[in-house]
Amino acid sequence: MEIPYTTEPREDTGLFNAKVGIWLFLASEVMLFGALFSSYILLRVGAEPGAWPHGLLNIPLGMTNTIVLIVSSITVVMAWASLKMKDFAKFKMFQSITLLCAMIFVGIKSYEYHDKFTHYEFQVKNGAVLEVHDENGGHHELQLKTDSVLDGHLLETTEDGYVVHGHVIDPQAQAAVTHAWQAREIKEDHITVKKSDVTYKENYGPWHNTYMAIYFTLTGLHALHVIGGALVIGFLWGPGAGMWKTDPERYTNRIEISGLFWHFVDLVWIFLFPVLYLL
Amino acid sequence: MLIMRRQPAQLTKLMSTQAATTHAPAHADAHDGHHGHAGFWTTYVFSTDHKVIGIQYGITALLFLFFGFCLMMMMRWSIAYPGKPIPIVGPLLEKVLGDVAAKGVMGPDLYNSFGAMHGTIMVFLGVVPLAFAAFGNFVVPLQIGAPDMAFPRINMASYQAYVVGGLIMLISFFIPGGAAQAGWTSYSPLATTITTNGQTFWVIGMVFLITSSLLGAVNFLATIIQLRAPGMTWMRLPFFVWAQFVTGFLLLLAFPPLEAAALMQLMDKVAGTSFFLPTGLAVVGRHISGGGSPLLWQHLFWFLGHPEVYVLILPAMGIVCEIIANNTRKPIWGYKSLVYSALTIGFLSFIVWAHHMYMTGMGTKISTFFQTTTMIISIPSVIILTCLFLSLWGGSIRFNTPMLFSLAFLPMFGIGGLTGLPLGFNFSDLHLHDTYYVIAHFHYVVAPGTIFGLFAGIYYWYPKMTGRYMSEFWGKVHFTGSFIFMNAIFQPMFAQGMAGMLRRMADGGANYAAASVPGAIGGLSHTIMYFNQTISIAAWCLGLAQIPFIINFFWSIKHGKKIESDNPWHATTLEWQTPTPPPHGNFTKTPVVHRGPYEYSVPGRDKDYTPQNEDDAVPAKPARA
Repeated sequence: MEIPYTTEPREDTGLFNAKVGIWLFLASEVMLFGALFSSYILLRVGAEPGAWPHGLLNIPLGMTNTIVLIVSSITVVMAWASLKMKDFAKFKMFQSITLLCAMIFVGIKSYEYHDKFTHYEFQVKNGAVLEVHDENGGHHELQLKTDSVLDGHLLETTEDGYVVHGHVIDPQAQAAVTHAWQAREIKEDHITVKKSDVTYKENYGPWHNTYMAIYFTLTGLHALHVIGGALVIGFLWGPGAGMWKTDPERYTNRIEISGLFWHFVDLVWIFLFPVLYLL
Repeated sequence: MLIMRRQPAQLTKLMSTQAATTHAPAHADAHDGHHGHAGFWTTYVFSTDHKVIGIQYGITALLFLFFGFCLMMMMRWSIAYPGKPIPIVGPLLEKVLGDVAAKGVMGPDLYNSFGAMHGTIMVFLGVVPLAFAAFGNFVVPLQIGAPDMAFPRINMASYQAYVVGGLIMLISFFIPGGAAQAGWTSYSPLATTITTNGQTFWVIGMVFLITSSLLGAVNFLATIIQLRAPGMTWMRLPFFVWAQFVTGFLLLLAFPPLEAAALMQLMDKVAGTSFFLPTGLAVVGRHISGGGSPLLWQHLFWFLGHPEVYVLILPAMGIVCEIIANNTRKPIWGYKSLVYSALTIGFLSFIVWAHHMYMTGMGTKISTFFQTTTMIISIPSVIILTCLFLSLWGGSIRFNTPMLFSLAFLPMFGIGGLTGLPLGFNFSDLHLHDTYYVIAHFHYVVAPGTIFGLFAGIYYWYPKMTGRYMSEFWGKVHFTGSFIFMNAIFQPMFAQGMAGMLRRMADGGANYAAASVPGAIGGLSHTIMYFNQTISIAAWCLGLAQIPFIINFFWSIKHGKKIESDNPWHATTLEWQTPTPPPHGNFTKTPVVHRGPYEYSVPGRDKDYTPQNEDDAVPAKPARA
């Protein structure tokens, strides 16, 4: 006996096996991301007042990535529809756009990650003297009157100091920011600080605070899903495409299944973007 | 035009594939022969046949069960005779593990490791793989009349992920500092801040095990939904299949939150995050950002942890149901009630988890909610147990080994379930929380409960797997020994727990004994402390009682009594209507199902059982007036 319903749908369920399988799998994926989203809520609700950071992420980049993924979701359907209409060349074209989108997404995401790993918080001693070069070529020295936090991107580490593109945090102005979209006109300058004045420095990696932790965990897991989905789609696009000749119906089903997964991955991002970037 | 031109080529392709498929049945025997000669590796190790995978799962899980039990036998020495070197295995432990077992004495760290790994191994590497994956793999496709699982290769991947996860867990014993020490529940921040790497191994191992059961669950559910034979409607499914169906959903939906929690704990451990580390926590040699929530781990853990209990018990209920129907020779009482109860349990088990957390200070309102749902979930459990009890009424019972284990399951699970009620109530749980009472309660459910069910299943389906019976005599010896010693182990623990003896103490509570603190109020009495020794002796005797089983299991493969027919127990369900052992592809022709699963002793029929695939059109006797 052979396993039935691998390609043709079963009468009473109306589905072929893999379609049942992928929907069940997606149900479990919902629970996986659901648990992480719930954790996000619990961590945020449990955070001390004012401690949850806002505006750390680049909204235009996140928006671009959202659009990129939505486009890929469309092309993935078009690719499947092309196969249904037996137009293999068109399928190839659409699916290559999908793959391109996946690459753009991962590229932008890596840039954002890199940005966080070079973004530092320096705790600077009271009385330290900072050298400030502003954009207009102006140059002055700033003496701190209290223990302060210098926040910005590390440009260069010299023998005895750090060159940072950033600003000294004003606690009052910081507390007034409660949402990411509140425009913050913070002037960022090239600031040089002596190593001996820095008591502690830490970049915005997952260890920085629970917001960064959940940001890296959620987007990292999502990025793994994007890469995994792209590998499957890429395999079916390239080396696995031979099945179109031997068993076109089954091949079309495979494209449909990988497409369902891809839609799910997009959908997760649709939730991730507002939750992490905007709220 | 393009389509037109392409069609002929496709058509010929299609025809040739069709020819290939219609060709296959004719060569079914040659096909099997081919598999027989395919070499050891493809036949036994990298097999995609659900029966082989089922047996692989079964044997691996039995080995892990035995290993987990050995850990406990060593721990029982430390509890009964704290500080004294373990006889026989003590020197061996020292040789293998080094300083943690200096002079053959089990130190508290080693005790913690063994305790954590005993729980982990028994639950995730022993009982679940045996109950769900082994029996599910071997029996479910046969019972629904399917040729294999829906996704044979995913099935193989599931087993391989399980083995990898198991190996990671085993390897962790030998890394510096040893295996995880924070209990099978791995509560943070304790689990995160212990400096050794055992916990990291545990978490990575768990990710593999969760992946394995996820793949398994998807496969089982798809198989049951899609591959039922013609005529096998939902209400004609044997109850075992229903039990596995609900279990599959529990694994599918409850495990991912633990996977999420495991990822976060892994991040806490290796990436320095603070998901579960609260503000103000100070750990030497580490900067902690804080802001995390220890409660979050507990919620996520028990969101799996509670459905997991039903993952452990439902397959055993299914097995017991099959065996009781078969050996009482009458239909199971209340089949539909069983099915709906199982479904209700499945649903409710997702909203009772925080009854494990009454002591965390999560608030009385939340406690009240979970207390209520916990009481409600006991109703379907009681219905199932009642149905099984009532099924015995008026039956002419055959007391063979599988039936003895099944019969013992009923009161054992009953004790386990009923003793859970005081734990489900907030007010009484405050006293019993984290004591030996809890240990006794859940072991009654899982050890003499589930594991008896699993033993019953092994004795029952062994003839289908091998074509031979296991020895009845040694089976009964095994049963008697297991039954007596299981109770001798767990019954006194209720008393110990109510007297206030806490779990997870390497010295068995010696510090709190009345003898060591004279005059103290609430010290553990001499009798309570004395139970430590009787329990330990009973545990070692239970170990001895498994020897007949182990020998019987392997000896009977070659030397057991041969079965007289493909259906030695005269059963109605489809797995007995195949050749023995079932060939690759299972059935010689697609079975067509005509009736429900338990048509035993139907009046007017010439034999006392009617297989599900027997056609009414050819009644043996024209008896229906």
